[in-house]
Amino acid sequence: MKNFTYTRATSVKEAVQKATADNQAIFIAGGTNLIDRLKVFLDEPSQLIDISRLEMKRIERLSNGGLRIGALVSNTAVADNADVRRDYPILVRAILSGASQQIRNVATVGGNLLQRTRCPYYYDTAFPCNKRQPGQGCPAATGINRMHAILGASDQCVAVNPSDMNVALAALDAVVEVAGPKGQRQIPFIEFHRLPGNTPQRDTNLEPGELITSVILPPVSFAKSGVYLKLRDRTSYAFALVSVAAAVELAGDRIKNVRLAMGGLAHKPWRPTEAEKFLIGKPADSSTFQQAAEIALQQAKPLSHNAYKVELAKRAIRRALTVSSKGGGVV
Amino acid sequence: MEHGKKGRGKTSRRGFLGQALTVAGTAIAAPSLLNQSSNAKDNLETAEGNMKVTLNVNGKQQSLTIEPRVTLLDALRDRLGLVGSKKGCDHGQCGACTVLVDGERVYSCLALAVMQEDKEIVTIEGLAKGDTLHPLQTAFIENDGFQCGYCTPGQICASVALLDEIKRGCASVVTPDLTRPPQLAELSEAEIKERLSGNLCRCSAYNGIVAAVQQAAGQKAPSPLADLMLSEPEETLT
Repeated sequence: MKNFTYTRATSVKEAVQKATADNQAIFIAGGTNLIDRLKVFLDEPSQLIDISRLEMKRIERLSNGGLRIGALVSNTAVADNADVRRDYPILVRAILSGASQQIRNVATVGGNLLQRTRCPYYYDTAFPCNKRQPGQGCPAATGINRMHAILGASDQCVAVNPSDMNVALAALDAVVEVAGPKGQRQIPFIEFHRLPGNTPQRDTNLEPGELITSVILPPVSFAKSGVYLKLRDRTSYAFALVSVAAAVELAGDRIKNVRLAMGGLAHKPWRPTEAEKFLIGKPADSSTFQQAAEIALQQAKPLSHNAYKVELAKRAIRRALTVSSKGGGVV
Repeated sequence: MEHGKKGRGKTSRRGFLGQALTVAGTAIAAPSLLNQSSNAKDNLETAEGNMKVTLNVNGKQQSLTIEPRVTLLDALRDRLGLVGSKKGCDHGQCGACTVLVDGERVYSCLALAVMQEDKEIVTIEGLAKGDTLHPLQTAFIENDGFQCGYCTPGQICASVALLDEIKRGCASVVTPDLTRPPQLAELSEAEIKERLSGNLCRCSAYNGIVAAVQQAAGQKAPSPLADLMLSEPEETLT
């Protein structure tokens, strides 16, 4: 990796000031994805601003019953937190299905939101890539693209967001709190990540100098019956080919409320809102779930090697909804 | 640095190779290469942008002058002579570099050394107490948890952490009930396999490794009931 200067921030304000003063600087906390990218010259910062010692490591109960999770809480600490386990098992399952214990111990909530795609063409600097250098072209669009997007992609980029945690946060309608040169603001989770469009180099709507300070989980009573189903090439420690976060609330045998989000299919965690709308008021049976799955994948545009994802995603949705409607647990 | 010199003075594999080269008479180039590399190290220490870092490794404070980009793994191996932690993939995929930082397992290849100040780092070299091996080291030997052995230091460090995680009540993705994580005595094979999936052994010594963890967890023999802890969800899609 290229060398850089290293500074340790002592406050959020100082971190933001340093990042605003140097547009080649990058924040580092856990660094499990960033250091990997530095090693293959995907990022060549002038400066790393170490934010890992800042006070953003608490999980607090909010007055409305939700939770605020500090951006520096490790994935392990989120999954081990009694409140999160009781109220948001859907998030715990998503986190525990991601990476390995060694990475979860170090990786942070804030960093997880900023994880970049593992598209092999992006990772291999011998290939052109619009995400690395806009205008170069996208070899994945016509190359080996079995891992790539079937929803929301553009002709510029067909990469997928790799995070499992993001899928659960999308289903939970989480809110991202950030601090920046212009002060603090909140970003609804589903607006945090971007589709590639003509600017695939930008994964998120963060502005220069902005730092994620926390993630808010609103109270979602039926998140307890939520499930996270992850399908991958091996049964552990691999990125999702398709994943589904689902939470169903029943009134009698009818669906009163539902959340659905999908991973491995798009440049951002995908929320099929049309399918959600369809499900409300319908009987919780396999025919309903099948129809919802068809709606969720209606817009799918598979590439040459990933048509399998369409059927896989439909079946995953059906299964996740079925298990959640019976109370949740291991999918 | 002291540690490194000590290591080299004994009959380490590297020391042996060095001697073998000299004996074979092919070593005319070897000493000059060694000199070059130590010169390079000296230049590095005075180079601009270097930082002074103090690391607590295996209970010893060690001062280093390094570039910020040096990973913890490279600092341990190249600067402190602690070559037990192995560089396999160098990208956080194989687990051979696993060490304990503040009691938790981490990939030292995905950690910067300058970020580890004030933390307690334990490597495979720090697990034994004198000549008394750590119970997991003994269990790995008794259950033949290694073949080529390259992954073994990382596997043992990961296993040591795994048992602590169980004692602390950590769940895994295969834990059926998140509010009731498994105890040591009921740790199933499925749990052990999932929890060690961040360490790869390409010789496939996996069965011995699982048996070693079961032994260290206080289980008598692989319990046929242990696997039942992972309940299969009912097949409901008809």
